[in-house]
Amino acid sequence: MSLATQLKNLDRELARFHGRLKVGAAFVALLATALLARGFYLQVVQHDHYIQRAESNRTSRVPAAPSRGLILDRNNRILAENYSAYTLELTQAKTDDLEATLAMVGTLIEISPGQLRRFRRLLSESHEFETVPLKSKLTDEEVAIIAANRYRLPGVEVKARLFRNYQAGPGMAHVLGFVGRINDRDLKKLREDGREQNYKGSAHIGKTGLEQSYESLLHGRTGFDQMETDASGRAVRMLSRIAPVPGKDLRLHLDAGLQAVAEQAFGDYLGGLVALDPNTGGVLALVSRPGFDPNLFVDGIDPETWKALNESPDRPMVNRALRGVYPPGSTIKPLLALAGLELGLRKPSDSIKDPGFFSLPSSSHQFRDWKRGGHGVVDLRRSISQSCDVYYYQLAVDMGIDRMHDYLAKYGLGEKTGIDLDGESSGLLPSRDWKQRRWNKSWYPGETVIAGIGQGYHLTTPLQLAVATAMLANGGIRIEPRLVQAVRDPHAQIWQPQAGGARVQVAITPEHLDVVREGMMDVMRPGGTAARAAAGAPYTIAGKTGTAQVVGIKQGARYEASQLAREHLDHALFIAYAPTENPTIVVAVVVENGGSGSGTAAPIARKVFDYYLTGKLPDDMKPEAGLVNE
Amino acid sequence: MPRTSHWIVRRLSHLDGMLLVLVLLLLGVSLAVVVSASGQNPARISGHLINMGLALGVMVVMANVPPHLLSRVGPPLFFAGVVLLIGVALFGEVRNGSRRWLNLGFMSFQPSELLKLALPLTLAWYFQRNEAVLRAKHFLVGGVLLLVPFLLILRQPDLGTALMLGASGFYLLFFAGLPWKVIFGGGVLGAASLPVVWSLMHDYQQRRVLTLLDPTSDPLGAGYHIIQSTIAIGSGGLFGKGWMQGTQSQLDFIPERTTDFVFAVFGEEFGYVGVILLIGLYLAIVARGLVIAARAPTLFGRLMAATLSLNLFTYAFVNIGMVSGILPVVGVPLPLMSYGGTALITLLLGMGILMSVATHRQLNKS
Repeated sequence: MSLATQLKNLDRELARFHGRLKVGAAFVALLATALLARGFYLQVVQHDHYIQRAESNRTSRVPAAPSRGLILDRNNRILAENYSAYTLELTQAKTDDLEATLAMVGTLIEISPGQLRRFRRLLSESHEFETVPLKSKLTDEEVAIIAANRYRLPGVEVKARLFRNYQAGPGMAHVLGFVGRINDRDLKKLREDGREQNYKGSAHIGKTGLEQSYESLLHGRTGFDQMETDASGRAVRMLSRIAPVPGKDLRLHLDAGLQAVAEQAFGDYLGGLVALDPNTGGVLALVSRPGFDPNLFVDGIDPETWKALNESPDRPMVNRALRGVYPPGSTIKPLLALAGLELGLRKPSDSIKDPGFFSLPSSSHQFRDWKRGGHGVVDLRRSISQSCDVYYYQLAVDMGIDRMHDYLAKYGLGEKTGIDLDGESSGLLPSRDWKQRRWNKSWYPGETVIAGIGQGYHLTTPLQLAVATAMLANGGIRIEPRLVQAVRDPHAQIWQPQAGGARVQVAITPEHLDVVREGMMDVMRPGGTAARAAAGAPYTIAGKTGTAQVVGIKQGARYEASQLAREHLDHALFIAYAPTENPTIVVAVVVENGGSGSGTAAPIARKVFDYYLTGKLPDDMKPEAGLVNE
Repeated sequence: MPRTSHWIVRRLSHLDGMLLVLVLLLLGVSLAVVVSASGQNPARISGHLINMGLALGVMVVMANVPPHLLSRVGPPLFFAGVVLLIGVALFGEVRNGSRRWLNLGFMSFQPSELLKLALPLTLAWYFQRNEAVLRAKHFLVGGVLLLVPFLLILRQPDLGTALMLGASGFYLLFFAGLPWKVIFGGGVLGAASLPVVWSLMHDYQQRRVLTLLDPTSDPLGAGYHIIQSTIAIGSGGLFGKGWMQGTQSQLDFIPERTTDFVFAVFGEEFGYVGVILLIGLYLAIVARGLVIAARAPTLFGRLMAATLSLNLFTYAFVNIGMVSGILPVVGVPLPLMSYGGTALITLLLGMGILMSVATHRQLNKS
């Protein structure tokens, strides 16, 4: 190959290379354009979208739970309050091996079997990434031990939390109720009510009692801290803050001292008691025996304790004052006497001769009086003071079940009283119509007879009896009982009176009411059925005893208390108000299997009256119930 | 002293002024971004400075090595590289599911790095040797030289590196005059074989391609990186959030933000204006390299200069494309910007070769 051809070749090669360089440059320009176009799209066209996403990346709303309102009694004694304590909490998703971690924690600090059971129950109800408490109220030493071993315990945290404390003891459990951890059912309900946002930072919610019915006031409004967070979710700094609004404090009509007196007066008996202010409808005491410790429920109850409470034959979880339904027995008599007068069926002076039994025409069945041989000549006043059954058998028959139903309905029997607590029972006020609807059966005349002494289908709650008695005391004003008297914003420190319940005036002829009241006063006077319970009282009482059969007694057989097992003994009832000239307190008591109203129920009411009207404590009771003033 | 300074001046005279300025500008930007992205971590910053110093030293040395000497280093390096790749295939360490690393006892390294330079050097040497009699068979041999390391790296498996190496080999063949009909033919064949390639791809590679097509399909897994980096870039807007002010960058939302994802930090803090300037800097380097290639006196010089220039931009394109969500995540650093000693030294070594080609204008004596 000649040098010339070689050079010529080289020139051609060079020209081709330069051509290829241009192609290369064009290729690079193309790639650069693609990048610039992408940059333009992201940074100019879609900028708003991405700036928003970057913002939502970096900021998070951290809820700040409000502190729950306090509950105080009428004398500002604290019944429910909050305290801050350290809890040991565990997040399953963050642990390497849950069992190993639990075992390790168990070697460091004491975990009781009950705490472990409770933990496992809560764990089974929670999501894997939810934090579940293992032990609350850690001591300072325990906090230090856990802190020192934190590196070995992934997923274990010590947190300062607000807890609810009920220091008033088991006697107040049915009034206050309790808060518990928010469960799936609560969450669902909150979602339905649109209140979910307000519970973002809350672990607890009112489950029963006042804690439940006043939840919206007690809870307060959740605040939110706008935080800047990094990719791992750790807060870097606070950007802005909406402070939480603490829940409202509640002041009750209820007197914690009176409640304690009533509670103690029951002794070993079970039952319910309601004390009302007949003028305002304020609930002065509301007792259900037995009580329970509401503190057990605050951070989750362990399954065995729950089982024991739930399956106990004494049924401590049932609020007997609200939900316990009992035949009113003879306590219905003053109302029926009033019905007889108002309906024009009786005049005060009308009297009967009581042979000790009553029979319907064309029937040989004998409805017996509680007193063998009868009470002799009985007028209306005496029918109350002696609790003459035959008088009311006859009256009931003359009145008929439907008029009885309509009249008693005016006093709130058979319907809820409207108290500011949930779960109230409406009892049962029978009528022909009711029986037809409920049982598809016609009414028998005999059923009317026993309805006259508050037996048969009649069922009332202690609360209903208290409201009806209050109407006798206040001249016929039907009141809606209220536990809460006033509400306070914890910042403002001023009590705002809470609106009372509805008041309905039932028209009663004053002379008729006076006769019935006299009869009820006679009950407490020498010769009356409950005279012993009123002995020595420096004020006057009007009352009525009652007993409600638990087991039927055969025709011709006798009720012999000593021969019956305790759970078959009659329920003892007593209703009363005092002082008679200007009543300030009404009491209705039911003592389950108490035997007789005068023997067990009336003395309990007496102790309540004594304390409320004179400040006198029962002899066996110490002056202070252990509650502190605010 | 005068003799020493004279020697230094002569050594420095082999540096190409324009390239040097551009490289220093990019390194300056890189330092600023790494300072921000590392959260002013002193260890990172000083490490980056040391890497830069070392790499710049390597560049100065390479600029002084005449091209004809360089061309002779190619074949032995290539041979050594291929032997090591076979060694990796047989004895290599497995990390993250692929066999890439060779443990030499005192250090471990990836032989594929060596080939990034050795392959173009060898091909350029080969074409230079046969310059006068270049025929189809030489391209065939060139193709084989390219395929051997390409396939070895592909089966490690390291798709990204294999493709980048393949691209640099292809550029060289292209500039050497690979006929257009072969290029188009190969292109059609390649497109047709895509389904086959897809079926040969590893699960994680397929997943990467799929999440690229729709990053939101896996927002917590493989798509997370792309989603976060596009948010960072997009939220930067026209002028950026300002140096050390990027929320995505400063609050840990961008993974690998001093290395592979450094562009996301840059885009967030300096905005579209910054991006234009950065791509402008890369284009300026490429333009300078192509000018050097056009003026180079030897085929070896021309091929090396042109290939190195295009290669640099390809790296930049693949990285920025990946970070801004138009290419799969393949783990390629951003040239001259990402933190990392090996990549920086390799790149400035290439810049040194460019400068050597630019400043050694006489024909070879061979």
